[in-house]
Amino acid sequence: MTATTGAPAADSSETGRTARVFGGLSLALALWTGLYLSVEPLSRFVAFRALGLAPGSRLGAATAFFLYEAPKVLLLLALVVFGVGIVRSFFTPERTRAILAGKRESAGNVLAALLGVVTPFCSCSAVPLFLGFVEVGIPLGVTLSFLISAPMVNEVALVLLFGLFGWKVAALYLVTGLAVAIAAGWVLGRLRLERWVEGWVYESMKQDASFEPERLGLAGRVERGVEAVREIVGKVWPYVLAGIAVGAGIHGYVPEGLMAGIMGKQAWWSVPLAVLVGIPMYSNAAGIIPVVQALLGKGAALGTVLAFMMSVIALSLPEMVILRKVLRPQLIATFVGIVAIGILAVGWLFNAVL
Amino acid sequence: MKVQVLGTGCAKCKTLMANARKAVEELANGATVEKVEDILEIRKLGVMTTPALAVDGKVRSSGKVLSPEAIKELLQK
Repeated sequence: MTATTGAPAADSSETGRTARVFGGLSLALALWTGLYLSVEPLSRFVAFRALGLAPGSRLGAATAFFLYEAPKVLLLLALVVFGVGIVRSFFTPERTRAILAGKRESAGNVLAALLGVVTPFCSCSAVPLFLGFVEVGIPLGVTLSFLISAPMVNEVALVLLFGLFGWKVAALYLVTGLAVAIAAGWVLGRLRLERWVEGWVYESMKQDASFEPERLGLAGRVERGVEAVREIVGKVWPYVLAGIAVGAGIHGYVPEGLMAGIMGKQAWWSVPLAVLVGIPMYSNAAGIIPVVQALLGKGAALGTVLAFMMSVIALSLPEMVILRKVLRPQLIATFVGIVAIGILAVGWLFNAVL
Repeated sequence: MKVQVLGTGCAKCKTLMANARKAVEELANGATVEKVEDILEIRKLGVMTTPALAVDGKVRSSGKVLSPEAIKELLQK
């Protein structure tokens, strides 16, 4: 992808620029495909030929697992983060707000949860975003659906789950994550909690100015994609490697079923415990993956582990402290309680069904 | 010229502040750089994602850490 990052010459025409972007993209994609296809044979070559490990040995199996999974997951992550970076250049928070303004509850909750997946969001912007939504009349419950879904359901979580545990787990996480965001936002909307929003939020409703995001051409969008890869993959790769190393260790050494007794399906109380432990913890999706990998590998039930992961990512102390600026403690407590109940339901459902 | 960095104190906001200082220093055009941390002020400028950069009271970039070079370019326009 380095072909597309070069600074474009100021005097080049827009068509020439577009052509070069397309050329660079094709080249990068061809390179990516080549790399992706050679990961498996290369990992086997390095593990069994270059390092001379025996294919049947524990060390051999663990090393081959790591050498295969690590580049595979990182490559997938880079590709998806790039694609999502481009998609996100279409969904600025300003546009998302315009789409949600005037929507009723129910439909608004669904839309808000979906837009939460594709709108760029950082929890440090939660307050200005909350104010921006509320001041155009977006209902409180709809705004909260967005604030639940945006951090919890994201491309990094989905790629890592897909790469390490398969598409079924990733799809389950996507669907149930959205369901929790929609249902919790809807219930919170029904409860009419506006009285627990800080008074000044509704008082000075009128804003003096509005910001018009710049119009991006194709090259600008590709640039956003490359930036996203640099920023996100640059930040999460150590966690990914740690997660896969843990997985490799389990693969070769740790006996399965170690956690089955305390976090297995039979232990119904393990789900609420996992959610409770997860609430104050804060980590991004990548950071929690090594833990998920370790728990699943040692026999913990999928529902329990997914509930733990959702609770860590979606509910966190730092975000509550940030939201305290606009929400009274009663509302924050209700918010946490209802989201936690939703996550609990997801955990139990999976443990019962799978 | 007045350059304002809007943000409530996250790591990205600090980086943008440092980049803005550097850009103004290199341009040496006598512009002032200030940080806006008050949420009401940030909202008055119509910003929904921080960090944001405003020049003479008009928001020019939002939700993005601009490099010193990008800020210089923006200030010279």
